Amino acid sequence: MSAQPRPFVEEAPRGATRRVIGEVILSVEGVSLSFGGVKALSEVSFDVREHEIRAIIGPNGAGKSSMLNVINGVYHPQKGTVRFLGRPRQDVDTHEAAAQGIARTFQSLALFKGMNVLDNIMTGRNLRMKASLLAQAIRFGPAEREELEHRAVVERIIDFLEIQAYRRTPVGRLPYGLQKRVDLGRALAMEPRLLLLDEPMAGMNVEEKQDMCRFILDVNDEFGTTIVLIEHDMGVVMDLSDRVVVLDYGKKIGDGTPEEVRNNPAVVDAYLGVSH
Amino acid sequence: MTADIGKLDTFPKLLMHHAAVRGSAPAIREKDLGIWQTWTWRQFADEVNAVACALAALGLRRGEHFALVGDNRPRLYATMAAVQCLGAIPVPLYQDAIAAEMAYPIQNAGIALAFAEDQEQVDKLLEIAPQCPALQRIIYDDPRGMRHYPHERLLPYDKLLVQGREGMQRDPSFVEREIAKGSGGDTAAMFFTSGTTGVAKGVVHTHASLIGPSRVAAELDRLDANDVILAYLPPAWIGQNIFSCAQAYVAGYCICCPESSETVMIDMREIGPTYYFAPPRVLENLLTQVSIRMEDASPLKRWLYRRFMDIAQRVGGAILDGKPVSTMDRLRYGLGDVLVYGPLRNVLGMSRVKVGYTAGEAIGPDLFKFYRSIGINLKQLYGSTETAVFVCVQPDGQVRPDTVGPAVPGVELRFTPERELVVRTPGLFREYYKNPQATAEVKDAQGWFHTGDAGYFDADGHVKIIDRVKDVGSLADGTLFAPKYLENKLKFYSYIREAVCFGHGRREVCAFINIDPDAVGNWAERRSLAYAGYLDLASRPEVAELIGSCVERVNADLARDPQLAGSQIHRFLVLHKELDADDGELTRTRKVRRRFIAEKYQQLVDALYGGAASVHIEAQVRYEDGRSGTLGADLKIHDVKTFVPAAATQAA
Repeated sequence: MSAQPRPFVEEAPRGATRRVIGEVILSVEGVSLSFGGVKALSEVSFDVREHEIRAIIGPNGAGKSSMLNVINGVYHPQKGTVRFLGRPRQDVDTHEAAAQGIARTFQSLALFKGMNVLDNIMTGRNLRMKASLLAQAIRFGPAEREELEHRAVVERIIDFLEIQAYRRTPVGRLPYGLQKRVDLGRALAMEPRLLLLDEPMAGMNVEEKQDMCRFILDVNDEFGTTIVLIEHDMGVVMDLSDRVVVLDYGKKIGDGTPEEVRNNPAVVDAYLGVSH
Repeated sequence: MTADIGKLDTFPKLLMHHAAVRGSAPAIREKDLGIWQTWTWRQFADEVNAVACALAALGLRRGEHFALVGDNRPRLYATMAAVQCLGAIPVPLYQDAIAAEMAYPIQNAGIALAFAEDQEQVDKLLEIAPQCPALQRIIYDDPRGMRHYPHERLLPYDKLLVQGREGMQRDPSFVEREIAKGSGGDTAAMFFTSGTTGVAKGVVHTHASLIGPSRVAAELDRLDANDVILAYLPPAWIGQNIFSCAQAYVAGYCICCPESSETVMIDMREIGPTYYFAPPRVLENLLTQVSIRMEDASPLKRWLYRRFMDIAQRVGGAILDGKPVSTMDRLRYGLGDVLVYGPLRNVLGMSRVKVGYTAGEAIGPDLFKFYRSIGINLKQLYGSTETAVFVCVQPDGQVRPDTVGPAVPGVELRFTPERELVVRTPGLFREYYKNPQATAEVKDAQGWFHTGDAGYFDADGHVKIIDRVKDVGSLADGTLFAPKYLENKLKFYSYIREAVCFGHGRREVCAFINIDPDAVGNWAERRSLAYAGYLDLASRPEVAELIGSCVERVNADLARDPQLAGSQIHRFLVLHKELDADDGELTRTRKVRRRFIAEKYQQLVDALYGGAASVHIEAQVRYEDGRSGTLGADLKIHDVKTFVPAAATQAA
């Protein structure tokens, strides 16, 4: 059979086209944040490039979650600037950050427990709904078409995260690992440019962690979404991320590829705690 | 029209017939992105046509083999049909097999082209590609995760379809001409048997051997174009192939593909299939789910459920069989149907089931009766990969939990003196692929197939399968001894996890019993019986009494069957440890290795037959962390009441 002539041969395969890391889309410049006398962050600077997976690590209380909260506008830093897509933004609110394309998931889940998976993910489409509340309520003209479009997006996310079997299940009845997946789905429903993940694997078993890792890599790969994540599991951080920022007591003590960070003595002392 | 379709002798001809006669009727459905998408017969035939053109252009020729790996998907079935259009032979492989298991069939059949559902299957095929030099191209359906696969062997289905449509435009009647060249005697498909014993064998079936029995069985159950099935078992299993290809092509009914393996329950409810197949373990899982949900229900609902299930147990089966039932009971059952059975069937997705089949292993009588009593026409059938499934089928009104029914019309059956069932059927396979020796071992010159199953005809001419021939023995006085049959009967009681019966060449039958720690533990808790662990629980006299009553009931049942009355269980002991595959006592598929156990526990077997009241045993056990230790225990031996055989009482 190998001798058969082939009338049409598909195009020559291209080499592995791994995603290309692009320009800086987010830069944090000299950010300081304090609550009364407590300095949560002092003079932290780093940047995030388009399409990359950037990890923030550090011991408890190092200021990691505060950093994410600064990025999506929950906290407003006393000093320093955050630039998103080249524009400085001093005092944006959370909904403005969301409108700019920054989505996040939460360490302690923030889902509507009594609502089903489908509706929870649909809430992520909220910002993109144009029709008025009344038009939506009576499914008037364009509102119906709009809802169909949103539903299609949500269905693609359900398919992507492989949670078809739980579409109509109230979120509160799902196991923890699946709730985390729904949380990710809701963030994805915003079609964000920048996705902030606050400890996406906390409290998961090994298998759930592996699944979550695969989904994070797939999101990054298929949609080109830039991801900033906080994570404690060192193996996960080293495997997933392109570059890592290390915080300790609100200060940046390391920044670079996982390999560089692992070999940085300051990081080893502060975080990994190995004596040498 | 029926005469017309009756003459069509290959699957592609049947497919084109349906496309012409009922072009706009649904042929196949799939739930995609939450919505059921339908392919009509015309659309499906059109897609098959295009794929066939593309496959021909890729070099697929008459008589060559083509591998398919994946779950039930319209595209998999379209590809399978396209392969058959060209006179090539589809070889469906189990999608949950590991890569190494796929290498043999692909090498054996010299397969050059394969269809894979998704990344997972493509990865497996790429892994074995170095061992399979003939394998040239892998066509894949779902591109997810494969954007960076630079492999020159991969071809997406979408592209194949585009190429095929171009080919179709150049030569619109190409596929039609190819289909016309085929005839019923051509090979239609090859199925690899799971190969629990030795190497897997490719079972070669012709169009005639698949279409023939499918047609007879479809007529028997009055299947037609209005029926619907849910295809949820592996396409590589011949049963699924018969239900979702052969019979669908014969009867023209619609196949529905579930969204994913986890959504089968939900999809069942949405589709409401009219024709259904499930192996006993699936039925058991469903019943467990129902029971658990009933336990959680409100007291009123629990009361209703119990009350009406009692009525259903009493008269439900008889009503389904059309037997006389008193008017009062009919009224009660009717009320139950409105309040309990109807809603229950709806929850199970079985409201519209006209006929359901179970097969593959022995089904517990209680389980079987449950489904029948709530009005689901569940029946048993008997068959194998080699016989294209339909050998025996229970006709409506003659359904029993312990037989598989009489022969399907057109099938001849007889038993050899060794009690082996031999079959002559139009559905018989042609041969094992490239294995004439194995073929000769099971198929003789007159076309009789040796099933390897032992059994006999009961008083009504129904076939009763009791065991594999090689495991059947006889007691010292020549009485039939079928250990697996007895063990299955014991295991139908939820308190018994495993049982091992001895008796070959002995005076009487004795048994080892493994209790089910969950079920017995639960039973013990309800009676406030404290226990420390498995050994403690197993050695309780109360537990022995419980197990003894189960064995006694098995004996009572056996006494009713003149063939088996002699193999009632006289004595048993409850084992001190759970039989475990790690200790070599079970196979990985949890079948007891009777001979090994008999040797390992020789001391216990001797004690059972020696008439002792108890026996002490020191046993080596291997812990899960790999260490081993010894365990000492005194095991009590219990006598069980046996019954006088029914035939003997009549004589006396």
